[in-house]
Amino acid sequence: MAVDGSLVGRAFPPTRPYRVTDEKVREFAAATGVSWESGDPVPATFPIVLAFDAMNAFLDDVEVELLRIVHGEQKFSYARPIAPGDVLTATLSVASLRQIGGNDIIGTVSEITDDSGAVVCTTSATLVHRAAEVA
Amino acid sequence: MTLEAGAELAPKTYPVTRASLVRYAGASGDFNPIHWSDRVATAVGLPGVIAHGMFTMALVARAVSEWTDGAEVVDFGAKFTNPVVVPDDDEGTSVTVSGTVKSVEDGVATITLTVVSGDQKVLGMPKVTVRA
Repeated sequence: MAVDGSLVGRAFPPTRPYRVTDEKVREFAAATGVSWESGDPVPATFPIVLAFDAMNAFLDDVEVELLRIVHGEQKFSYARPIAPGDVLTATLSVASLRQIGGNDIIGTVSEITDDSGAVVCTTSATLVHRAAEVA
Repeated sequence: MTLEAGAELAPKTYPVTRASLVRYAGASGDFNPIHWSDRVATAVGLPGVIAHGMFTMALVARAVSEWTDGAEVVDFGAKFTNPVVVPDDDEGTSVTVSGTVKSVEDGVATITLTVVSGDQKVLGMPKVTVRA
């Protein structure tokens, strides 16, 4: 089923505030083979933890199954480095929608803000929603 | 380290096994079954279990951090052009990241990257800018 074109421009509710902890950053870094110590820079792709949460809520809302999603592109633009102690929220909006060969190409932008409301990171994702095979 | 335009950054190779994917799924919250179930992956038309695109990108970030001694990243982006297929065996596969410093201007270094698995490029136009 194709995703509804009227979604473009729509912003979804912000994710629940997320507190960045040393333990979570260490776990994330370790998953990429990095032994992280308190005070080290937070891995650059860490904001995906929040962006992915926002994407899951979006997919639920539009009734798209995660297993039909393949990642097409991801970009991060950082206003400042993330640090443990930050309390962050991601707000996803749908920036674009195209259909190619029965697949939906969904462009999303997630703004990650801290508890003062300042933008910490803006991240955009292109999601390819693969059409079900025709029987 | 000082980044200079034209510098070639020595390739870094990282192993990618099914265990890596399970661990990354837990750490990132991305439990898409195409990254751990051959049954689901093949049912949606993939060649088999593939690595999370964001896992590959995280390995690129690791390489950049190792090259630059943890320089602050300003921008980072890539297209996922070819999947990294990860066989269910002890060896798995690997991802190799190499880079070139394209420019250093106004305190910001732009690094273009080449990211391959086997002999196939897996990321399109991967690029990172860091504070030099």
